[in-house]
Amino acid sequence: MAVVAEDPSLYAIRAGVLRRKLLDKAFVILGLLVLVAALAVLLALFLDLVVQGAPRLNWDFITSYASRKPEKAGILAAWVGTSLVMVVTACVAMPIGVAAAIYLEEYAPKNWFTAIIEINVTNLAGVPSIIYGLLALGLFVYKFNLGQSIAAAGLTLALLILPIVIVATREAVRAVPRSIREAAYALGATRWEVTAHHVLPYSMGGVLTGMIIGLSRAIGETAPIITIGALSFIAFLPSPPITGEFPFLSFAWLKDAFTAMPIQMFNWVSRPDPGFRINAAAAGAILLGMTLLMNGVAIWLRYRFRKKINW
Amino acid sequence: MTANSNNPAPFRDSIRRRRLRDRGIEALLLAAGLVAVFATLAIVWILVAEALPFFDHVPLRDFLTDTMWTPLFAEPRYGIMPLVAGTLVTTFVALVVAIPAGTLIAIYLSEFATHRLREAVKPALEMLGAVPTVVYGYFALVMVTPFLQKLIPGLPGFNMLSAGLVIGIMIVPYVASVSEDAMRAVPNYMREGSYAMGATRFQTATRVVVPGALSGIAAAYILGISRAVGETMVVAVAAGLQPNLTWNPTESAATITAFIVQVSLGDLPHDSIGYQSIFAAGLVLLVITLVFNIAGFALTRRFREAY
Amino acid sequence: MQTETGKSDVTSPAGRSFSGDTPLRVAIDGGTKTVAAAPVKARASRLGFHYGSLQALKGLDMEIRDKQVTALIGPSGCGKSTFLRCFNRMHDLTPLTRYEGSIRLYPDDIDLVSKDVDPIEVRMRIGMVFQKPNPFPKSIFENVAYGLRVRGLRSKALIEEEVEKALRDAAIWDEVKDRLQSSGLSLSGGQQQRLCIARALATNPEMLLFDEPTSALDPIATARIEELITALRERVTVLIVTHNMQQAARVSDYTAFMYLGELIEFDVTSKLFTNPGKKATEDYITGRYG
Repeated sequence: MAVVAEDPSLYAIRAGVLRRKLLDKAFVILGLLVLVAALAVLLALFLDLVVQGAPRLNWDFITSYASRKPEKAGILAAWVGTSLVMVVTACVAMPIGVAAAIYLEEYAPKNWFTAIIEINVTNLAGVPSIIYGLLALGLFVYKFNLGQSIAAAGLTLALLILPIVIVATREAVRAVPRSIREAAYALGATRWEVTAHHVLPYSMGGVLTGMIIGLSRAIGETAPIITIGALSFIAFLPSPPITGEFPFLSFAWLKDAFTAMPIQMFNWVSRPDPGFRINAAAAGAILLGMTLLMNGVAIWLRYRFRKKINW
Repeated sequence: MTANSNNPAPFRDSIRRRRLRDRGIEALLLAAGLVAVFATLAIVWILVAEALPFFDHVPLRDFLTDTMWTPLFAEPRYGIMPLVAGTLVTTFVALVVAIPAGTLIAIYLSEFATHRLREAVKPALEMLGAVPTVVYGYFALVMVTPFLQKLIPGLPGFNMLSAGLVIGIMIVPYVASVSEDAMRAVPNYMREGSYAMGATRFQTATRVVVPGALSGIAAAYILGISRAVGETMVVAVAAGLQPNLTWNPTESAATITAFIVQVSLGDLPHDSIGYQSIFAAGLVLLVITLVFNIAGFALTRRFREAY
Repeated sequence: MQTETGKSDVTSPAGRSFSGDTPLRVAIDGGTKTVAAAPVKARASRLGFHYGSLQALKGLDMEIRDKQVTALIGPSGCGKSTFLRCFNRMHDLTPLTRYEGSIRLYPDDIDLVSKDVDPIEVRMRIGMVFQKPNPFPKSIFENVAYGLRVRGLRSKALIEEEVEKALRDAAIWDEVKDRLQSSGLSLSGGQQQRLCIARALATNPEMLLFDEPTSALDPIATARIEELITALRERVTVLIVTHNMQQAARVSDYTAFMYLGELIEFDVTSKLFTNPGKKATEDYITGRYG
């Protein structure tokens, strides 16, 4: 051993290894630094919104309509509008997205026709959101005559998140092992029975996760709603969905004009008056808080379902 | 038990019923799948149909070569170039941030980070990507611009630099996650081969993994570009709404998307040329993003098939 | 060497007792020997099977005896699982597959692989147990009840009765009777496989197909499944694929040796293992290849 240790080439190797290992360490530090910087942005952003918006983050802000005086303005119409739009979006995107995903995973034969559907789904995921706004303006607002309504906005955002729901559902459905499907088929189940009794229930966690992530995207989307012409100054609420008389449900709100959280924030942030900046920060804090909460729930759900099912 | 083995007649009827139901449901599911196709067709149809009258008014030549975009002025000019320039400048600034940062994060997460760190960081990055764009707009206008004004005296309150930087931050998670997927698709035996030759992690990452994942990483960049081009709210809030043919990121200018927002905020009559002009601008935007998307997806398909 | 059984003597609606004595003539190099045997439950004639352009089974002729255990052995890739999956039309789930010839099921004499026969009906009559235990992530009770529910059975009492019977027949009742509502996935591997057997038995199948049912189990669990298969002979015709020759020798009455998609030799198990008629069979069972 001693003889080998004196070999000068071995020293050279060791020196080289040391140098190269230093490079490794340097890269680890650099990587961590960039990562921390990126995450610090998120934290700084949220904290700044909360601190700046603190003076307006109170009950009055949530229960007041927009106003020309910043200290009197609130987000009542905005959050009610956003909630109703989300109801429409969820009711449209969930069934269509899940059904399309099931068709592609469980039913579609491998041919050019299926390939066209798949290409379209991928393509839709990459279309900028403002283009959906233009589609909605031309199609929903004018051709379908829905006007600048909650229904038009809900449908637009539903189309926008459709690819997200489809991709998430497909992934969840694909995670159900083939052996489970075979077991059901072997007992004489039809394709739909296999899907409805087994595949869908077992992948519900993933479907829900995708839906929540889709809605968290929709809730913050501003551009398409601006394009269809949502108003930013609204001092009334849409007609109530629940009424005192039979049949107790009303859908008049679907055709009502509305405003939404991101629109309200955009409106305030574009005003020069610093008072409105504070409102913008407060609305932003609420909006970002809601988005992060939804994402957090989705991530937690995904984690739980992944842990729970052990085929 | 009614299902007597040798008397299948009782369940033949029920099988027929179940089969019929299956066929009906399959038709419904197919219809849902076709929504995606119809949506694409509708996008193309609406944009083209609404933009056609615009091109009756404005010769395509002027549209592509005129250096002024003032459709709402008394003497309107319809040159798309200023808007395209604004879009390209903000996109370029965004890429200067997103490409190095996204790539570094991807290499770090794929090759260096422990499993636990990766599991903790990925959701956090996901959240960074989920921040509403209007909030990013606020971030650019209220936090980044004042900071930049300290570094660059005379920087206007609305400028493409700040908007571009923030779009860059916004697409970092996207670039990082697509690149990381590509890197993790590089099979382990290639890494082992490199380690067996005495290479360090850094050498393995840069000389084996990154070249092996190159087409996927390229796809991540291209899809990132497509997102930056289509980004709307950050530029609408922070870059200004004045079309301005310039390549200087410290100036204020409008992008294609910002112009569409600006027109939508006003109350234009349905048949006016201003209304038609946003569809013409949208068509240009769609074509640009479509080209990038197709290139990007073609590349991702390649790296998925490679191994 | 076809016998004429099956076609005649189909009188009993219960199908459990054929009137005729149906001997099996077994071809041995140079001569035939007649063995007194159970009636034929199913007969494959010139059965072929294709995956796209690949022919996986070629001209198989074979008889499955009623209430007997028939084992399929052969080296991996010889087509024994492919053959097994023809009996309940599992291949219909894969695109671009094609059957040739016929598998006639007696006594009602239908062709299992015919296009005119609904695969769902076939699967409701012929149960299957898979290589890896694959209980549904539902309760133990719901696992067994599933086949009954698919048939449209609604009566709670009847379902409960049938579930208990199936669990007893699968020799797992005592282990699970106190926790019928816990998940099927909470059981051990061997218990899961017996649960899967109970699931298949609950609908009173005429035949039960086993596709290497013990390949994922430890020796003790394997022994219990083998005991169970032996006991099942009382009520159902069993066809079992196994890569384990000792297992075939232990549990089966008849054994078929397959190689490269063809049936090489088919005989009474004791005969095939002690005095194989073909050189290839002998090579395989003595471990010279496979």
